[in-house]
Amino acid sequence: MSEEIAIKVRGLTTAYGTHTVHEGLDLDVMKGEVLGVIGPSGTGKSVLLRAIVGLKPPETGTVEVFDQNVTDLSGDDLREVQNLWGIMFQDGALFSNLTVRENVMVPMREHTDLPEPLMKQLADQKLRMSGLDDSAGPKFPSDLSGGMRKRAALARALALDPPILFLDEPTAGLDPITAAGFDTLVRELQSALSLTVFLVTHDVDTLVATCDRIAVLGRKKVIAAGTIEELRRNDDPWIQDYFCGPRGRAAQAGES
Amino acid sequence: MPVTPEYELTTDASRGRLSVSGDWTIHTVGKISDRLASEDASGLDGLEVDCAELGKLDTAGAFVIDRFACRSGAGNVEPVNASDQATALLKQAGELRPERDDEARKREFGVVDLLERTGRATMHFIDETVETLSFLGETIMAMAHIVTRPSKMRWTALVSVMEDSGLDAVPIVAFLSFFVGMVVAFIGATTLSEFGATIFTVELVGIAILREFGVILTAIILAGRTNSAFTAQIGAMRMRQEVDAMTTLGLNPMDVLVVPRAFAMLVMTPVLTLIAVLFGVGGGAFVSWLALDINPTVFMNRLQNYVPIENFWVGMSKAPVFGLVVALIGCRQGLLVGGSVQSLGQSTTKSVVQALFSIIVIDALFAIFYLELGV
Repeated sequence: MSEEIAIKVRGLTTAYGTHTVHEGLDLDVMKGEVLGVIGPSGTGKSVLLRAIVGLKPPETGTVEVFDQNVTDLSGDDLREVQNLWGIMFQDGALFSNLTVRENVMVPMREHTDLPEPLMKQLADQKLRMSGLDDSAGPKFPSDLSGGMRKRAALARALALDPPILFLDEPTAGLDPITAAGFDTLVRELQSALSLTVFLVTHDVDTLVATCDRIAVLGRKKVIAAGTIEELRRNDDPWIQDYFCGPRGRAAQAGES
Repeated sequence: MPVTPEYELTTDASRGRLSVSGDWTIHTVGKISDRLASEDASGLDGLEVDCAELGKLDTAGAFVIDRFACRSGAGNVEPVNASDQATALLKQAGELRPERDDEARKREFGVVDLLERTGRATMHFIDETVETLSFLGETIMAMAHIVTRPSKMRWTALVSVMEDSGLDAVPIVAFLSFFVGMVVAFIGATTLSEFGATIFTVELVGIAILREFGVILTAIILAGRTNSAFTAQIGAMRMRQEVDAMTTLGLNPMDVLVVPRAFAMLVMTPVLTLIAVLFGVGGGAFVSWLALDINPTVFMNRLQNYVPIENFWVGMSKAPVFGLVVALIGCRQGLLVGGSVQSLGQSTTKSVVQALFSIIVIDALFAIFYLELGV
């Protein structure tokens, strides 16, 4: 892992009306690492993700991706930086009127000038990469199970081979075995494609299985960031509860 | 700026050597992929890929290179002078080859596809009709069952549905029928005045409203208002698995959800129709009074003397049927909702369309029936 910074968030403040979600938040994501973002419900994990990718314009502060300021971009500049990342939303957010393969082809159509047959083959390739077989391509998202939908969403996020991958609760609502399979998949793809992964999760098992580093959100800031071992030594009561409570210990035991 | 990808292919007997240069990424391989695919390199045993000059490579680039190797029958790509990452990507592409070639796959043609869809839609229509009828039978059985044992009736639910879809619909039904009555009278007035027969407006309004418009208008309003509400309510309960919970607790969804709604509509539709008829005739009388100087007393007298009361009974006889149609279709579509939000939306749309369709068709059947009876 190099020490180059992929995403650099400085002094980020976001608010919905009078309710501030983040205040002066700083966060670094190193190139090639998997960063897990955790925190109690309502601390704005997903809002942070939305702020970084430009879905929620921040009140103040800057977000830099590979040393390029991406806050307040529009038009062609925005399209340009959107090539840098792929996002997998919580329930997949696959377009329901398109087949799974067409879903993966959407970003290719929009951002590249590949010939149609190649685009189809590439889409199938991405689906296979995400662990789906060829029969899933012509199906509609509603015909897939939850786990398969997430894999298809991952394939769409990876369609343009972006260097950065955002995952919003990738294992929420999956059974433990499917979830573990998904964790392994993320880890494998991350090392094969040397991705930088920004992962929002609630799942301790996912954290233990996939993350290099973890950032804990709370009190409108990042209250701690580091490896699991480092966080385990942190005094914050919520972090103590999280990692040293029964579920945290179980996940740790499962790892060793 | 990305560097345009290039390649050089040399073959030596059965071994090929592909020297690639430039950036092979998803943004650049578009042009070169066709060129590479058109190279004739069949019958190769092995393909070396020289990556010394290679710039960036991603999965798309690796796929294009591997596809070439795959088509030429060369087995896996053998990378030379490649970085670890390029080697890994080419290896991954080799592992993820499709089971069979894409372009060989059967393609769907326009006309055949159209015929297939027409066939499917027809079969779907027949299935839907049969299933709606079987649901009708099921509901009637459940209703008969409740009638024989009134203690099982959900009275609270019944009254609540009667209020929601009956009482609360009175203003809109009254308002719209009044206006339709006015429109009919206006049309009658302008057309009949050419013959100096404006007084016949009374018969026109009377027969049209009593026989058709009162009940059809009520049914259409109920199809839009109540039918969709039934589907949405029951559909939301299906989505949250409330219906399943009900079944496991020993409650029959037919008894709890469908029967009270069916009874409520059976009772309230005739009441609403009566209101629609009264207001429709009122609207007609209002226009006749303002535009034609037929005063309300004359209007009412003529209505009583020249419009047979059978018209009213014909109209009213259709009301319970339409009420039942609305309740049945609304409940059936609600119970068909699956787990997703889309299916709720689809079911609601379907239920309104089916209800309107059935109402018009049944009304036409009634017209033929009464024509044969000579009423």
